[in-house]
Amino acid sequence: MSTSQPLLTSSRDFDPALLPRLLLSVLALLLLWPAIQLSEFNPAAIFSGESLEVAGHFLAGFWPLRLDREFLTLVLRATLETLALATAGIALALVVAIPLSLIVTQSLSRGALGLSKNAYLGLLLRFPCRLLLIVLRSIPDLVWALLFVRLFGLGPAAGVLAIAIHYSGMLGKVFFETYESCDPAPQQSILAAGGSRMNAFLYGVLPQCSLELLSYSVYRWECAIRASVVMGFVGAGGLGQQMELSLKMLAGNEVATMLLVFIVLVVIADGLSALVRRLLV
Amino acid sequence: MTIRIAVLFVVFMMAALSSFHYLGLLSPNVFSGASMSLVFSYIAGFFPMDASASHLHKVWQGSFETLAMSVLGTLLAGGIGLLLALLQYSVSGNTLARHVVRLMSNVLRAVPELVWAALMVLLVGLGPFSGTLAIAIHTAGVLARLFSETLDNISPRYADSLLHLGAGRITAFFYGGLSIAAPQLMSYLLYRWENNIRIAAVLGFVGAGGLGQMLYLHLSLFQNRQAATVILAILLLVLLVDVCSLALRRLLVRNVA
Repeated sequence: MSTSQPLLTSSRDFDPALLPRLLLSVLALLLLWPAIQLSEFNPAAIFSGESLEVAGHFLAGFWPLRLDREFLTLVLRATLETLALATAGIALALVVAIPLSLIVTQSLSRGALGLSKNAYLGLLLRFPCRLLLIVLRSIPDLVWALLFVRLFGLGPAAGVLAIAIHYSGMLGKVFFETYESCDPAPQQSILAAGGSRMNAFLYGVLPQCSLELLSYSVYRWECAIRASVVMGFVGAGGLGQQMELSLKMLAGNEVATMLLVFIVLVVIADGLSALVRRLLV
Repeated sequence: MTIRIAVLFVVFMMAALSSFHYLGLLSPNVFSGASMSLVFSYIAGFFPMDASASHLHKVWQGSFETLAMSVLGTLLAGGIGLLLALLQYSVSGNTLARHVVRLMSNVLRAVPELVWAALMVLLVGLGPFSGTLAIAIHTAGVLARLFSETLDNISPRYADSLLHLGAGRITAFFYGGLSIAAPQLMSYLLYRWENNIRIAAVLGFVGAGGLGQMLYLHLSLFQNRQAATVILAILLLVLLVDVCSLALRRLLVRNVA
């Protein structure tokens, strides 16, 4: 074969993976069919005259934004409440997550190292704590909020607790996975030399992964701000509560102002979290 | 570095304290409305959960609806996100156009799913379709950003070597660029699916269908025993999706390696 001749021009050189890919795509579509039915998928509904009219009317109300003093004060207060909700929630979550993550960490276990005679006690404690972490993080934060609002009434207390519970599950899981991904030699030698578990953690594990833990916590704080923005939809305080009222009253100008505030808030949280993480690295 | 961490810690403690103060959570009588006995009777009200055949059947249907919303929403978002990312990739020489596309995906991303859902309920009415659209819109913004970062990071040498061999530019992109990025893109898609099943479970609070709508209804009617079944279903569904996604991602990694 002469080297000057292009190698890929012949029509015989079709993609050998073409047939399996096509078959897989067809199979995926077949599996998707019930999903399309179940979700009442109907793009035509977007463009039906009636809904376009409602949407058009609503969107037309977006401009001009509502920017009078009274409303802006209201929005500012709700924004501060949202920020406070997220921060307080994460603080509580850390208080729960750190002890839980320490309990469930296998590599800090004296029993798992064969240093303790009653290793089954550790196992007995670790298992339910791991289960607890799974349950805490698998139930969505908004479900927790809805449940707490029924108990503590409307207001930010329910939102703080919801964020605290959901995020303690998330932080706890990632924390203990981070500990376990560290080099186990330092903490094991501390334990084997007779050090306590706390010593092994503070001098063996923490120096290896403190930056990772901090950076992840900051990232989760950013997520908590996004979450607390919508807490108000179930009555748990913050911007969402005002948003829901305005949506119900179809007050487009108020909705537009708050959407802008949402976007600005998320961008600021994004930037702040990126800044803190850059400071740390 | 230790000083930086210490400063960060002090700032965070102060922020946390002022947050508690601002929300009025430091005063001792915040939770006085809910005494311990009230809390226990509230929790006890959820048991035993309703496991009657008719209720279980409804929960079963709601679970499938929620699953369908998350799958379809995520897939739609993958399509739209890929289009946006490709658009951004193809105009990468033009700074202005690049910023416009990026702004578009940022706006989609900045508005939370629940707000999109409330807006979509106005547009297409109550039901799972509005939830599917809400998930698709928000996730499209998220994926557009992740996808375009991935596309920017592909090494050009595969596409270049295909171009040298005489392939067209589009062929070179598909077989030397996109196919290299595909496992990473799929992995992002699966990760968002895990997230979206949690979202799909709560979008019903604003009328966008699925298990959330059932939960909201039962709790509003003080049918806590029925609500408990729905909460358990949400928990199981989330765990199921987590396991599936993990398994699929493992498969993906093994195929690449």
